[in-house]
Formats: sequence, structure tokens, C-alpha cells
Amino acid sequence: MSRLKACFEALASQGKTALIPFVTAGDPHPDQTVDIMHTLVASGSDVIELGIPFSDPMADGPVIQLADERALEHNTSLTDALAMVKRFRETDQKTPVVLMGYLNPVEVYGYERFAVDAGEVGVDGILTVDLPPEASVAFVGQLKDQNIDSIFLIAPTTTEARVKKIVAAGSGYLYYVSVKGVTGSGSLDVSAVKEKLETIRNSTDLPIAVGFGIKDPESAKAVGAIADGVVVGSALVNIIASNQHDKAALLKQLGEVTRSLSDAI
Amino acid sequence: MSETQQKQYLNTPDALGNFGPYGGRFVSETLMAALEDLEALYDRLSNDPEFIAEFDRDLAHYVGRPSPLYYAERWSNKIGGAKIYLKREDLNHTGAHKVNNTIGQALLAKHTGKSRIIAETGAGQHGVATATVAARLGLECEVFMGEEDIQRQALNVYRMRLLGAKVNSVKSGTKTLKDAMNEAMRDWVTNVDDTFYIIGTVAGPHPYPKLVRDFQCVIGREAKRQCQEQTGGLPDALVACVGGGSNAIGLFHPFLEDESVKMFGVEAAGHGIETGEHAAPLCAGKPGVLHGNRTYLMEDENGQIIPTHSVSAGLDYPGVGPEHSWLKDCGRAEYVAINDEEALNAFRQLTLVEGILPALESSHALAYAEKLAKTMDKDQIIIVNLSGRGDKDIHTVAKIDGISID
Repeated sequence: MSRLKACFEALASQGKTALIPFVTAGDPHPDQTVDIMHTLVASGSDVIELGIPFSDPMADGPVIQLADERALEHNTSLTDALAMVKRFRETDQKTPVVLMGYLNPVEVYGYERFAVDAGEVGVDGILTVDLPPEASVAFVGQLKDQNIDSIFLIAPTTTEARVKKIVAAGSGYLYYVSVKGVTGSGSLDVSAVKEKLETIRNSTDLPIAVGFGIKDPESAKAVGAIADGVVVGSALVNIIASNQHDKAALLKQLGEVTRSLSDAI
Repeated sequence: MSETQQKQYLNTPDALGNFGPYGGRFVSETLMAALEDLEALYDRLSNDPEFIAEFDRDLAHYVGRPSPLYYAERWSNKIGGAKIYLKREDLNHTGAHKVNNTIGQALLAKHTGKSRIIAETGAGQHGVATATVAARLGLECEVFMGEEDIQRQALNVYRMRLLGAKVNSVKSGTKTLKDAMNEAMRDWVTNVDDTFYIIGTVAGPHPYPKLVRDFQCVIGREAKRQCQEQTGGLPDALVACVGGGSNAIGLFHPFLEDESVKMFGVEAAGHGIETGEHAAPLCAGKPGVLHGNRTYLMEDENGQIIPTHSVSAGLDYPGVGPEHSWLKDCGRAEYVAINDEEALNAFRQLTLVEGILPALESSHALAYAEKLAKTMDKDQIIIVNLSGRGDKDIHTVAKIDGISID
């Protein structure tokens, strides 16, 4: 059984929702990422989404854009992100790690090689924002061979026909984008999300995580009541940004905020 | 090479928007439905005689087409080689080829009923052409433009504002065309329900490379007919500058089956290919995925997009339309590069010898045509796409000359 499947099943049996923080690999410095990941887990996170920095993050708002820029100042690459997961796995074999990013770094690395290397270091899922399921058939197969789940996005604009296509290709969990917009933008409408989740659940038994627009314990709690997982990105990346020159304060504050989110859901 | 292999560059793209291994549709899920809708709309309207007639009417009476094919006799004689003909897209309304596409896409927008138009722009020509059609149709218009380009193309920025468009300064990344396109995509994701995105070049997710090409093909169709009328035959070579590549594909595409016609796409070598400071992905880049399509890109070994340089804002882009990538791989078109200095020389030459002030983008094509003409016979013919006029570049050239004209 994949780590993601085991994680969601265990949480479901306890009636719990997964807390899924997003941070960018190499932000604010490559040396800090593994400590940040451990802090997130120690503060109640269930799955970690680790962003692969990209020069042109088209689906991201200013907060994640700046995180990518900070990471790229230190030339954080996909190779580096894999090395971080490897180090993380030295002391944590349980928490699922999903790499999230844009296609081009993977394209340049090579799909097959990436799948093998990611499997080796203990990556559990891949989410490439700009790779829709219809263009990812071969890649999904290569990832599956390494026991890696392919996570796909579903948006408010996704048609029913597309939902069917996406749930057929995806595994691990589905990522529902709660607002039309870039990361960190807008305010989410919980009842609209609830309605959409219900229609998605008609087509699949996969767990559904909801992200975009979840900023605080309140919104996390509201979404946690209807979703299997809650993704928080920009709110945590903001903490990293404002504490980028003080490592101890960064970990302390990140831990506190993560704990408050975890307690809320 | 078998006949089917030779012809792989014809009848593109396929149903998924692929030009061989290039093109496709690589965007976040939020935009997929809008692109599927646009594809269905375009498939229907592109075969609708009424839509085609409306487009042709607008091109004739609003844009002023056909644009002339002009024999630059004095310049040709001075060079001393092939006869150079200029396809005068600079004489279009708004001063460049860009308007052919914005007219077409504005008609599509009208059919979608969306009330708001957005666009990205580099040199500002596409922004002006978009603001123009938006004004004419009474649509709200926002243009995204890199902060650096806003400074070097102040004239076009003010034109857009006069036309009622809001110009958003893009301060992220390299502050040029690619970042303007990122920001336009972000806006589109946010406002996809009421917003039509008019992409300015033959790049982006399917169906944009196809529909922009189709709208720009009027250039090549006219040039072919005009060349036959004026010279009794086909040209020997076509030359056009390539940033995203819409003016080039517009000229090239109607000649793809005419195998005697050679095609040269001219990229910006900036300070020189060897310096790394250029905007020539076809000459010096490798394939990757950016802005919704797979194509040749300027990227580093980790897949990060690297900064480009060109004296001309319209060529300052790290990618290129996917059809050009395929024409390159198929060997149907050849891609070359001209540096800033060579382009500036051609800009001055054409102005002095023919009394035509070309855009700095088009000056890259002119500079290569000059080199090419010298290697050809006097009875041979080159058509250069004079894609835009140079008024917008006067400040840039004056600054290089150390002259202040503010």
C-alpha cells in the first residue's frame, strides 16, 4: 500500500482530516528545508507538499512567486529537492511527501529518470500543475512503476466529463482548487466547495484535499469539515518570508501556526 | 526521407494541438474548460462563411488590406544581389501585423459574449492592436506589460491608455514579455468566466498557435498573389523576424507546399549568440514546456527559463511558437540570428535608402535579407516581411545615438 493511501485510510478510520502544508524547496535556503519539513510534521501535519521552484510559476500568486525566487537565488534544483526528501526520509519513513511544481524542470530532468530517482528517495506523489491528465499517460505509468501516486487538480471550472478523466488518471488523492485564481488569492465559498465535492465524490472514492484560499484555523476548520485534506500554502510561506533571516524564529512560528491549523481541523 | 516524412509539417496541428512533438496544451486545470470551449468555437466559426466574410471585411475596411508588396529597388541595387520585395505590414492600421490577429480574436470574443479582454505585450504593438479592437467593440481591456518594456516603449503605452486600456506594469521576474504573459495567464485564471485572453503570437496552449496562425496567414496569401502579379512567379526566399513568430508563420505558412521557396526565420542574437545574451531559442536553445506549449526555449540545465536580451522588445522572449520548432526540425525553414548592431544598421539603411522607417523587430529580417541577397543572383526574389513600422523605436535609437528627444 502506498504511504498516501495508508495515511488517508488511517485518518479516515479516526474520522480525521489530513493537514497538508505546502512549502517551497530551498526557501529561504536549501539548508533549512529538511528542518522545516520535520517541524511541520512535529506540529501535526499529515502530508507534505514540497514545491519545486520554477522561474515562471504561472499559477501562483505573489507569495509563492517570491518563495520560488528566494529558492532560485540559491539555485535550488529538482535534484536538490530530491536530495532533501532523501535526508528527510533518514528520520521520517512515515509521512508522505508530494512534490509539486511545473513541468519544465521535470521535462529537462527526463521523465523516466525522474520517476526512478523520486521513487528511490521516497517521494510518494507528484503534482505537476501544467500537465493535464490527457498529456500525462506515459508519465503516470512510469510513476506507478515506482509506486508513486499522480495527484491531479480539479477546479471550479472543471466539467463533469473532465472530472471523469481526472479521477481515472489520478491516485493518492485529488486536489480540489477551491477558488478561480492563483495561489493565495480570493476568499473561498465553503458551500460552493461542498457542492462541487459532492459531485466529484459521485465519480470516485479517492480522498479529496482542498487548497487555495485557506489562510487560518477558521477557514481550515470549515474546509476540514467537508474535505479529506486541507492544503495550506501561502499562509505558511508568508511566515517563512518574514522570518527568512532568523532560523530559530522561523521554525518556532511555523510550528505554532501549523499546530493551530492542526488543532482546528 | 519518405514523402510522408517530408510532408509532416503540412496539415498541422493535429486534433490535440501538436506540431510533431511540439505544441499541445500544458496549463493548469482551471483553464482547460475555457480552452476546450475556445477550440470548439473556433472549429465552428473558422468554417462559417459569415464569420470569414466579417473577418475579411474588417481587414479590408478597418485595417486597410491588402498591404502592398513593394519592390525596394534602390536598396536591392545598392546591395547588389537578389531583388528584395517588402511586404508592407507596417502600413496596416496601428502600424504592424499584430492587428490581423486581434481583429480575428476580437470577433471570437464577441461570439463568446465575454465583456473583458486581456493581452500581454512586449514592444506594445500587440497591446495597441488589442486596445484598438477593444475600443472599437466597446470592451473593457487590460494589457500586461513588463516594467522594462514600459520604459523603452513609452509611446505605445500612452497610445494604449488613450485607447481606453488599462496598462498593468509587470514587476516580476525579468520584467519583460515572458513575465507579462505569466501575469496575463494569472489574470485569466482568476477572471476566466468573463474574460477573453487575446494572445499576441503563435504560442500558448492549443488552439492559440493554430488560430493566430490562421488569422496571420492573410500576409502570405496576399504576398503570394502579389508576387505572381508583379513578377510572374514565386519568390525564391522568404525572410521574417521571429520572436514568438506570428508574422513569420503568417508569411511562411501559405508557401509551405511550394518547395522551391526557401524560408528564413530571423531570431535576435542580441549582444551575440556567443555571449549568451540573446533571444534565439531556435538557434541556441532546447525543447521544453513554457506558457502552455512544448517548444524550443532558452533554459538552463535545471529547466529554469533564462533571461533574454534584444534591443527590440518584441523579440525579447525565451520561447517561440511550436510550429516554428517543428519547421526547424523538419528542415522546411531555416533559423538564423542577427545581433543588435546588425539590426540597427539595417534600420538606418532602409530609412536612408528607401524612406521607410522599419520596426527594430523587422530590422532583424532586413539585416538577414541583406546578407542573403548578396549570395543570390540578380533575377532571384526575396520577400521580407516588414512586420511593423519604427516610429515606436525612435526613442531607443536616439538613446543609442546619445540624443535626448524628450
